[in-house]
Amino acid sequence: MTGLVLSGLSCRHGRRVVIDGIDLALQPGEFVGLIGPNGAGKTTLLRAAQGLLPFAGQSSLAALPPRERARAAAFMPQGREIAWPVSVEALVSLGRIAHPDAAAEVDRLATDRAIAALGLDRLRHRSATTLSGGEQARALLARALAQETPLLIADEPISGLDPAAQIEVMQMFRQLASQGRTVLASLHDLGLAARHCTRLVLLHRGRIAADGPPRAVLTTRNLADCFGVAAHVEEAPQGLIVQLLGRAARDT
Amino acid sequence: MVRSGLLALALALPCAVLARADVPQRVVSMNLCTDQLAMLLAGPGQLVSVSRHAGDPSTSAMADQARAFPANGGTAEEIYLLRPDLVLAGDYTNPVTLAMLQRLGIRVETFPADETVAGIRDNLRRMGELLGREPAAGDAIRDFDRDLARLDDAPPGPRPLAALYAANGYSSGSLTLPGQIIALAGFENLADRRGIAAGGYLPLETLLLSGSDLLVKGRRYPGRSRAEEPLDHPALRELARRLPSTPMNDPEWVCGTPFVLNAVARLRDQRLSMPEAK
Amino acid sequence: MIRASYSRLLALLALLVAALFTASLLIGPAGVRPGPALAALLGQGDEMLALVMREIRLPRAILGVLVGAALGMSGAVLQGFLRNPLAEPGLIGTSASAALGAVLAIHTGLSLAFPLALPLAALAGALVSVLLVLILAGARGGALALILAGIAISALAGAATSLVLNLSPNPFAANEIIFWTLGSLADRSMLHVWIVLPFLLAGFALLVPITGQLDALTLGEDAAASMGVDLRRLRLLLVAGTAALVGGATAVAGTIGFVGLVVPHVLRHAVGARPSRLLPASALGGAAMVLAADVAVRLILPERDLKLGVLTALVGAPFFLRLILKTRGNAL
Repeated sequence: MTGLVLSGLSCRHGRRVVIDGIDLALQPGEFVGLIGPNGAGKTTLLRAAQGLLPFAGQSSLAALPPRERARAAAFMPQGREIAWPVSVEALVSLGRIAHPDAAAEVDRLATDRAIAALGLDRLRHRSATTLSGGEQARALLARALAQETPLLIADEPISGLDPAAQIEVMQMFRQLASQGRTVLASLHDLGLAARHCTRLVLLHRGRIAADGPPRAVLTTRNLADCFGVAAHVEEAPQGLIVQLLGRAARDT
Repeated sequence: MVRSGLLALALALPCAVLARADVPQRVVSMNLCTDQLAMLLAGPGQLVSVSRHAGDPSTSAMADQARAFPANGGTAEEIYLLRPDLVLAGDYTNPVTLAMLQRLGIRVETFPADETVAGIRDNLRRMGELLGREPAAGDAIRDFDRDLARLDDAPPGPRPLAALYAANGYSSGSLTLPGQIIALAGFENLADRRGIAAGGYLPLETLLLSGSDLLVKGRRYPGRSRAEEPLDHPALRELARRLPSTPMNDPEWVCGTPFVLNAVARLRDQRLSMPEAK
Repeated sequence: MIRASYSRLLALLALLVAALFTASLLIGPAGVRPGPALAALLGQGDEMLALVMREIRLPRAILGVLVGAALGMSGAVLQGFLRNPLAEPGLIGTSASAALGAVLAIHTGLSLAFPLALPLAALAGALVSVLLVLILAGARGGALALILAGIAISALAGAATSLVLNLSPNPFAANEIIFWTLGSLADRSMLHVWIVLPFLLAGFALLVPITGQLDALTLGEDAAASMGVDLRRLRLLLVAGTAALVGGATAVAGTIGFVGLVVPHVLRHAVGARPSRLLPASALGGAAMVLAADVAVRLILPERDLKLGVLTALVGAPFFLRLILKTRGNAL
């Protein structure tokens, strides 16, 4: 069964414990938003879950050998490195490296689909290093999409995108989920996370503070304790509205 | 042949030559070539020390005689302590050392490396003057000229072609001492034809295609160096199989002394034993 | 700018290499005309000429191709792995370390007893230096760390080489440093070809499987690992392959710098910047560059032993400076 199962996942950096005892199970059809303040351990969790760092505990994904893992999950790292001035088309097609046995035609179609999904047709032949930050982010996301895996993991995929692009990407993630895939993305924008994710996981100081539908997670208490903010949360016909109001005292 | 004649001469001169006041009594030589010239011409007890190289049979033609003299390492300190009144050096001897000796009030005479037959005569003459041994020098020059005349008998017309080839592909032409030896023995020098009369790099393929009649190879030195690899090249070995070759016997080739005539004689014998020159 | 398709580019480069190979065979200080030269190569005609063609010119031309391909490819590989356009075997000290290994093999007499000891020792030297660079500058090190590591390793290797040569009883040893720092293909023999061929072939063979993985590395180590790249194995193959190529090339030709820098840079745009395409193209480009330089030294000063490395440095050093200026804008 595809998806992701983490049990007792812990990670240290030197003597400091970064994440501790993470138990998480994701199912196909879910769009999970990983939220939490800076330093909560979101990136570490995402990387440890894939076996990119040493960890204690279990991860169903990390247990797979590298080749199978590449076909099971695609990852868009926070770093957004593009070392060489390759064309956007070439960059997106890099995702097909995970499928060495696929026919050239299959690769081409997957690449084209990913380019279309992220609206990059116009930029196909441009050199990736000459794009704007937002365009680069979309190109890198397209690469992950072209990998055509059941699980998609993204570390801050929409930071740096303009509002329309942000909404498009979130809607795309939601759609992928409804098509039977699993999407796990770490996000800073609570409003977008609330509206589009099917489930939120709140990480605070390396532990899961809350896990459930957005309404259940984005309580006044959680927002104050974990983020140190006060917000107006309201159920509206199109979905949840979260508007940040100001700082709030944290209960230690 | 030449060597024994000269030595007999040097020993036969009466040592009762009155010591003139201006004749140096304690002569130190720092250079292989001046060592040998001094050993040939100096009076008994006049030469006090020679360089270390003079006793090395791989480069010195008078290694045995040099054993009679204490060796110096060419440093100002040890030479000063020998209390010389004349120091003989070559023009490549460390100028800093020579300057130091002069500052210490010692007379230093420098001999240029002679590359020609005339240069050998000049150096013999000058050495004789410096040591106050003009008669000995005169005899040495006369012997040299006589032996040279005997050897320099190549017929007019085309001469066989000789090629010198040493480490780093180095070849020497007529503007060098080795080149002069080749010329005196009656050969033409490939280096001259290739425009490196003063010495330079000779490409191996040029050597192979030159149609040379004699190959004169540089000798090997102790230790190993990449520079000597060309001497082991398969193509050169093949050439050496087809061509007469002779090694450069350093003691006779390196310094401008009468001993070069031994090298000339040997090469002349090679020439005479070769079939008609092209 | 017209972009040649990839296979057309490779074909053009191969043609260029073939032409320069022929030129290398036909050009030399002896001034032999092409017709007789080619005939002699096939064994007909003058015996001496055949000897020259087969034992002097042929090995020189073959080594030009092999050494150039090795240097071009290792430059492309290092740049692809370190994600830095300034990486190349000369600059990061690998050539100097390989030269140290070779000098040790020659001056201890080891290479005399066992000819393969020469490229093996050079390979060992190259290996140590690549490992050192990875430790000092790492794959995440910026250009500054890389260049500093290269300076340190080059300085150390150069000092050790000078020491060995200084201590040698052989009077030519002291000047040997010139060959090792400037490189030359003059008067090489077929023996040199045979002893380095296995190393160069091994190097090429080790690096061929990693070309696709270098593409994945364009996106950084995390993304590459998530796409199935085994980073540890990649590093291993890279170190071993580069050491074999640079060790083999340096053992026989000395240090020929800047080939691994200039060739990948010039070809990068033409291959669309993909590392996997850059490697084969750089191998061909490197062969062309070294062959061209080797022909040039014989045309410019035919009677002197002009060192190959002098020409590549004259072309490469200004290139390097320009590259530094360009990347100075980006974070060093």
